[in-house]
Amino acid sequence: MDELRILSPTAILGYGFPAESLAEGMANKPHAIAVDAGSTDPGPYFLGIQPGEGGARLAQFARTMGADLRPLIKAALQARIPLIIGSAGGAGGNLHVMGIARLIRGIAEQEGLKFRMAQIQAEIEQSLVKEKLRQGKVTPLGPVPELSPDDVDRSVRIVAQMGVEPFVRALEEGAEVIVAGRASDPGMFAASPILEGFDKGLSIHMGKILECGAIAAEPGSGGDVILGTIRRDHFLVEPMNPDRKCTVRSVAAHSLYEAADPWRLNEPGGTVDLREVSFAQETNRRVRVSGSKFVKDPVYRVKLEGAELVGYRTICIAGVRDPAALAHLDEMLEAARIRTAEQFGDLGRAQWELYFRVYGRDGVMGPLEVESSMAHEVGLLIEAIASTQEQATSICMFVHAQILHYGFPGRTSTAGNLAFPFSPQDIPAGPVHRFNIYHLMEVDDPLVHFPIQMIEVGDD
Amino acid sequence: MTESTVCLADLASVIRSKNAGPFVLTLDVFFKEREIFRKVRDAGVITKASLAELYRVSEDDILEVTFFEPAEALKISIKRWVSSAAPGDTDVFGAQQHVPLMSLSFELEK
Repeated sequence: MDELRILSPTAILGYGFPAESLAEGMANKPHAIAVDAGSTDPGPYFLGIQPGEGGARLAQFARTMGADLRPLIKAALQARIPLIIGSAGGAGGNLHVMGIARLIRGIAEQEGLKFRMAQIQAEIEQSLVKEKLRQGKVTPLGPVPELSPDDVDRSVRIVAQMGVEPFVRALEEGAEVIVAGRASDPGMFAASPILEGFDKGLSIHMGKILECGAIAAEPGSGGDVILGTIRRDHFLVEPMNPDRKCTVRSVAAHSLYEAADPWRLNEPGGTVDLREVSFAQETNRRVRVSGSKFVKDPVYRVKLEGAELVGYRTICIAGVRDPAALAHLDEMLEAARIRTAEQFGDLGRAQWELYFRVYGRDGVMGPLEVESSMAHEVGLLIEAIASTQEQATSICMFVHAQILHYGFPGRTSTAGNLAFPFSPQDIPAGPVHRFNIYHLMEVDDPLVHFPIQMIEVGDD
Repeated sequence: MTESTVCLADLASVIRSKNAGPFVLTLDVFFKEREIFRKVRDAGVITKASLAELYRVSEDDILEVTFFEPAEALKISIKRWVSSAAPGDTDVFGAQQHVPLMSLSFELEK
């Protein structure tokens, strides 16, 4: 085989894609469709979610993903090529994999489709992480504290990013659809090329560029289709929408997107060295990339991600317009904080937290803000976090009332300091999590922690 | 040879910020031309020290400052002051933390 083509329909499953772009992509006769379905970007919510939580939100999320999945499954089966989905359900835990697999089975039933589906899990037992920790095989990834056994116990769910190997194995076993848990983004795109013996460095680098869909094109879009074509000593990338093009600039730029080090892509089991990489404009819409080299690590390490439950959040949004109130804003917020501590202090500091964000001053950058001016009005976001949702709402209500009626010196607008856009003022916002594990763990085998289950869908 | 004061926003076609994982913020600057990229790189004015001063953080919190010739780009990685979406965070995706960089100004050979 001289070349292999991989289609990336969208940056994240659920972002959508134009039907014409998918049709154009399929006309190029790809050998696989791969799509990323999760990320740490939106924060730890999906990683920390518990069965039964977030019902309406998850139902909506499932509808959005289902809308993308249906045309992709039909296109892949019709062309007899695999559809590969990684980091299922936003975070790639077992319940996320099961949720996406259920969606797929539902679509198969409605459409009368039959296929072999691989489900690959990526959740890691706390006991395994603690055992590896004792053996000194868990190390911080970046500016993260050393892991302690307590951190592991507090984590409500731990996933590891699988490399390309479990995807390759599932393809070898004849999977037509793969639904995988947490995975390093390039792996799902690199699996077919690596299975066919293409260069590993090129395969993974191509995966890194394809994983965000047409974000690597100009104009960029997370909701459009891009095609990667790998050959023996280079690969090509080209958007499927004629209104976009790939340029050396757009592709090179994407190769360093969301990575801390532009010269090295750190992946499970090794690094793609980009020091010799070259980008060239092949046609006005297609870019040729060569020189990416895979360097194997002496030990195979996977990235662990874990989330702990912090508490429950209630928020209140209000505006402040009165100039005197703006001049006394910090004083009002501090007074409210002190009264709240008096009122709820017996709960213990650890059991509630209070945050103010002042939009129009430093709401976006917090302590990193360099401007000291304030707008003629500001948006105030009050956030209370407590160990129960009810307690968070009680605190939030108490705080907004304190600020609303705070009497500062020289106050003339004595009826109230806040403009609320909504009734009720206080909005329960559900559980709050924090990433508390972001570490590398040595493993003996790239497959053993990512069990593959084969299911014959539609075979009753 | 003459020098003039320039600010980064005038030299760049893209200045952006984003998370690189939940604990690191990464800033990318794409220069308008290769020659400008090389001049800025070789001027040696964008350093951990100048960035620490700009963002008013400790120099240890500036994790990487790398000029990446294949994309005529500058990449800066900064330790996040709070991890993504942890209590108190203001920017979960880290997408709006680049603005101070736009006004970073320095002397550059004309």
